[in-house]
Amino acid sequence: MFLSLMIFIPLVGMVVVLLIPRDQEELARKVTLGITLIPLLLAVILFIQYDRSALELQFEFESVWIKAFDINYHIGINGISVTLLLLTALLGPICVLASWRNIEKGVKAYLALFLLLETGMIGFFCAQDLFLFYVFFEVTLLPMYFLIGIWGGPRREYAAIKFFLYTLFGGVLMLIAIIAVYIKGGTFDIPKLIELANQEGHPLADRTFQIWAFLGFFIGFAVKVPIFPFHTWLPDAHVEAPTAISVILAGVLLKMGTYGLFLINFAMLPKGMDLFCNGEGRWGSALAILGFVNIVYGSLCALAQKDFKKLVAYSSIAHMGFVILGLAARNESGLNGAILQMFNHGVISAMLFLLVGVVYDRAHHREIGGFGGLGSQMPIYTGITTVAFMASLGLPGLSGFVGEALSLLGAYSKFPTLTILSTIGIVVGAAYFLWTLQRVFLGQLNPKYADMPEINHREIVTLVPLGILTIVLGIWPSFAIDMFYQAVKVLIVP
Amino acid sequence: MEAYLDSLNNVQSIRYFIPELILVAFAVGVIIFDLLGRQESNKRAAHLSLVGLAVTLIAILLVGAVDRSLFLGMIQLDSFAVFFKVIILITTAVTILFSMGSEELDPRTRGEYYALLLAVTLGMFLMASSTHLLMIYLSIETVSLASYILAGFLTHSPRSSEAAFKYIIYGAVASGTMLFGISLIFGLTGTGDVMQVSNALAEISSSGGGDYQLAVLVSIIFVLAGVGYKIASVPFHMWSPDVYEGAPIPITAFLSVASKSAGFALFIRLFYTGFRSTNVLESVDWPLLLAVLAALTMTVGNLAALPQQNVKRLLAYSSIAHGGYLLMGGVLLTAEGIQAILFYLIIYLFMNLGAFFVVILIAEQIGSETIDGYRGLVTRAPLVAISMGIFLFSLTGIPPLSGFIGKWLLFKAVLTKEFYWLAIIGLLNSVVSLYYYVRIVKAMFLDTSDELNPVSFSLGNRALLVVFVVPTIVLGLYWGPVYELSKASLGKILG
Repeated sequence: MFLSLMIFIPLVGMVVVLLIPRDQEELARKVTLGITLIPLLLAVILFIQYDRSALELQFEFESVWIKAFDINYHIGINGISVTLLLLTALLGPICVLASWRNIEKGVKAYLALFLLLETGMIGFFCAQDLFLFYVFFEVTLLPMYFLIGIWGGPRREYAAIKFFLYTLFGGVLMLIAIIAVYIKGGTFDIPKLIELANQEGHPLADRTFQIWAFLGFFIGFAVKVPIFPFHTWLPDAHVEAPTAISVILAGVLLKMGTYGLFLINFAMLPKGMDLFCNGEGRWGSALAILGFVNIVYGSLCALAQKDFKKLVAYSSIAHMGFVILGLAARNESGLNGAILQMFNHGVISAMLFLLVGVVYDRAHHREIGGFGGLGSQMPIYTGITTVAFMASLGLPGLSGFVGEALSLLGAYSKFPTLTILSTIGIVVGAAYFLWTLQRVFLGQLNPKYADMPEINHREIVTLVPLGILTIVLGIWPSFAIDMFYQAVKVLIVP
Repeated sequence: MEAYLDSLNNVQSIRYFIPELILVAFAVGVIIFDLLGRQESNKRAAHLSLVGLAVTLIAILLVGAVDRSLFLGMIQLDSFAVFFKVIILITTAVTILFSMGSEELDPRTRGEYYALLLAVTLGMFLMASSTHLLMIYLSIETVSLASYILAGFLTHSPRSSEAAFKYIIYGAVASGTMLFGISLIFGLTGTGDVMQVSNALAEISSSGGGDYQLAVLVSIIFVLAGVGYKIASVPFHMWSPDVYEGAPIPITAFLSVASKSAGFALFIRLFYTGFRSTNVLESVDWPLLLAVLAALTMTVGNLAALPQQNVKRLLAYSSIAHGGYLLMGGVLLTAEGIQAILFYLIIYLFMNLGAFFVVILIAEQIGSETIDGYRGLVTRAPLVAISMGIFLFSLTGIPPLSGFIGKWLLFKAVLTKEFYWLAIIGLLNSVVSLYYYVRIVKAMFLDTSDELNPVSFSLGNRALLVVFVVPTIVLGLYWGPVYELSKASLGKILG
C-alpha cells in the first residue's frame, strides 16, 4: 500500500489542482509543491526502511485487476527501482519550483499534467506486472506531448510530435514482444516470468525466442535511453521543452529506458542478452559498440553545439552511453557503475538543465558565444555551474567520476579496445565543458549583461540539494551503491 | 449439432421474431404519424422512433438467445445475433439523438428519415442473424437501398447527391457480384443453407475437389466482394470516403459503426460456418489471403487519412483503417479472434460515435468541418476539446484508454497464431495513425485561434458527450465484464 500511495497521490493531486479556481495560480503552484513533497517524503522513508541485504522484492502489493488474463496490479521494488524512485521523487518538487515564474499561461493545466506525468513515472518504476508496466510506460507519453507542445519553445509542435512518434514506435515493438512473452509464459507477472525464462526447457527459455523478444524490448527502451541511432528526437525535445520538463526528461524519462533494459532484457531474456554482449561472434560486442558510439558521437556532437541547451542534451546522450557500456560488461563493477551512473546522470543533468534555465530566463537566448564574463557578474551562479560541469566531466571527488570509472573498469575486462576508445569521450567531454565555461563565464563581461541579476533564492533552492548529492556521492558512493548491490548480484554473468 | 439446427416452422418462429416485428410496426407508425401532423411533428417522429427502439430492445432481451433456427433455417437466433442487434440498436438510437439537433437536415422530411433509419436497422438485424444465402442477400439489399436514400438526404447539397449516387453504383456492382457468387454456390452445393453449404463443400473437398476447385474459389471470392463492400475492406473501399463526406454527419457516424458491425456479423457467420471447411482449395491459403486484405485495408486507410484536411473525411479513412484492424481478428478462424472483434466493436462504438458527435457539434456551432476550424478549441470549449482528445487517443490505441485494450486483444489473437508480420504491420499502422489524429489534437490544444469567444453547448449535448467519454476511459482501466460479455456472445457460432 505504501507504494500505491506514492503512485496515486500525484493523481489525486491532479484532481485537486484542477478544482482550484482559475485565477488562483499562486495557490495552484503551492498545492502542487505540497503534493510533490509527499512522494519525496515517502521515498525518503523507503530509502531508510529498505532492507539492503535482502534479495526479494520489498513493499510488495498484489491485487487482481483483470482476472480473465491473469493481469494483476502487482507492485514492488528492488534496489534498482528504489534508487530511481528516490531520484524521481526528488526531482518532482524541484521541477515545480523551477517552473514557478517562467510558466505563465495555463498554469493549472501545466501543473495537472506534470502530476499525471509523475504518477506515470513512479508507477513505471514500481510495476511488477508486464501489462501494468506497459501502461505506465505509455502513460508518460500523453502529458509529455502536451507539456512540450503547449509550453515549449518556437519549434515545440515539431519537437512534441517527434518525441511522441518515436516513443510510440518503440513502444509498439515492445508491445509485440510483451504479447509474445505472455503467450509463451502464460502470465504477466514479471518475477514469475523471470523464473520461467531461466528454467531450461521452458518455451520462454528458447534461445531464438529470447533473441527476437530481446530485440522488441530493446528497440522500445533504446528509443527512450536514447541509444544511437534512435536518439534524434532528444536534442529537439530538450531544446524546445521548458526547463522543468527538460529536467524530468533527462533526469527520469531516459532512465526508464535503461531501467527497462535491466528489468526485462537483462533478467528475463538472458540468452538474448548473451548474444549481444558475450564478446564472441558477430554480434557479441553489439551492445558495447552502441555504448561506445553513444559516448563518442554524443561528445563530439556536444562539442559542435552553439546552443547551451543542445550541448547539455548531447552530453546526456554521451553519458547514457556509459550506462550502456557498463551494462554490456555484465560484471560487478560494470553493473554497479551503470546504475550509479543512471542516478548520477539524473542528478547532474537535472542541475545542468536548471542552470541553463537560469541564464535563459534572464537573457532569453542560449547562444554560448553570446555571453562572456558572467563570472564577475554572477559569482554564485558561476560557482554552482562549475561544480555541475566538473561533476559532469568526471572530476574525481564528484559523483560523475565514480559511475563512469566503475563502468569503464567493468567494461575493460570484457571489451578492452572499445573501452580505451570510449575514453576519447571523456577527453572531449572535458573539452566542451571547459570551453563553455571559458566562453560563458571568463573573459570580459559582455556589456549587454552588465545588469544581469544574480541567481535568486528559489533557483538556489532547486540546485543546492542536487549539488550536495553530487559531492556526497563523489566522496561516499557506497551511500547509493549499497542500495542496489544485492539486486545487481543476481544479474552478474561471470 | 442436430439440436442446434432444429429449425422452427414459420408459425412457430413468429414469437421469436417479435423484436423485428415491433421495429416494422414502428417504422410504419412513424410514417403515418408524420403524415397526420406534418407541421408540428418536428421532433415527435424522432421521439416515437426512440420509443420504438426502446421497446425493441426490451423485446430482444426478453426473447433472449434461444439458439434456435427460425423460419425453416432462414435465420438464427443465438447470442451472437443478440449481441449485434444490441450494438446496432444502440447505434441507431444514438444516430437519432444526433439527428434531432442536426441543422443540416430539412425539418419537413424528418418523418421518412426516421422511418428509413428504422428500416435499415431491421435490415441489419437480419444481416446479423441470416443463415441462408438468399436471406443474406435480401438483408444486405434492405440495408443498402435504405442507406442510399439516407446518404443523399441533404437534397440541397450536391455533395450529398454525389455521395448517394456513388454509393448506389458501387453497391449495385458489389451486390450483383455477390449474387452471382451465391448462384454459383447454389449450383455447386444444391442448397442455400449456410450449414449445409459447409457440409457440401466439405464433401467436395474430400472427394478431391477436382474440376470444382476453380468454381468454388471464384464463388467465394464473389461473395467476399459483397461482404468486403459492407465493411469497406480494400479493394472494395472506394465508396466510403466520398459517401462519408457527402452524407449528413449523423448518417456518416451511423454507417461507420452500424454498417461495419453488421458487415462483420455477416462476414463471421459466413466464413466461420459456411466456408470453414473449405480446404477444397489446397492451393489457396485462406488465412493468408484475409491477412493480406487486412494489412492492405489498414495501410491504405491510414495512408490516405494522412493528408486530409476535412475531419469528416479523415474519420472516414480512419474507419477504413479500423476495418482493417478488425479484419485481423477474422483471419485466424479462432474463437479468440472473433471475440476480439466483438470486444473491439463495443469499444469502437463509443469512441468513434463520440468523435463523430464532436464533429457534429463543431459543424453546428463553429460551422467548420476542416481541421482549421478546431484551432484553439481548448480555450473556447474545454470539455469538447478534451473529450475529442480522449476519443482520438483512444482510436490511436494509447493506454490507458479503451482503444488500447481493443487493439491489444486483436494483436494477441494474431500473435497466438504466430502471424508476426501482420501484428507488426498493424502496430506500425497505429504509429502512422497517431500522426493524423494528433493533427486534430494539435489544432485544438497547441494552436491558437483568432476567435476567442467561448462556444457554448446545450446541457443535453454535454451530457451525451460524457456518456461517450466515460466508457472510453473506464473500459481501458477495467474491462473484465465486457470481455466476459463478448465471450458469452460467441455462442455456438463455431459449432
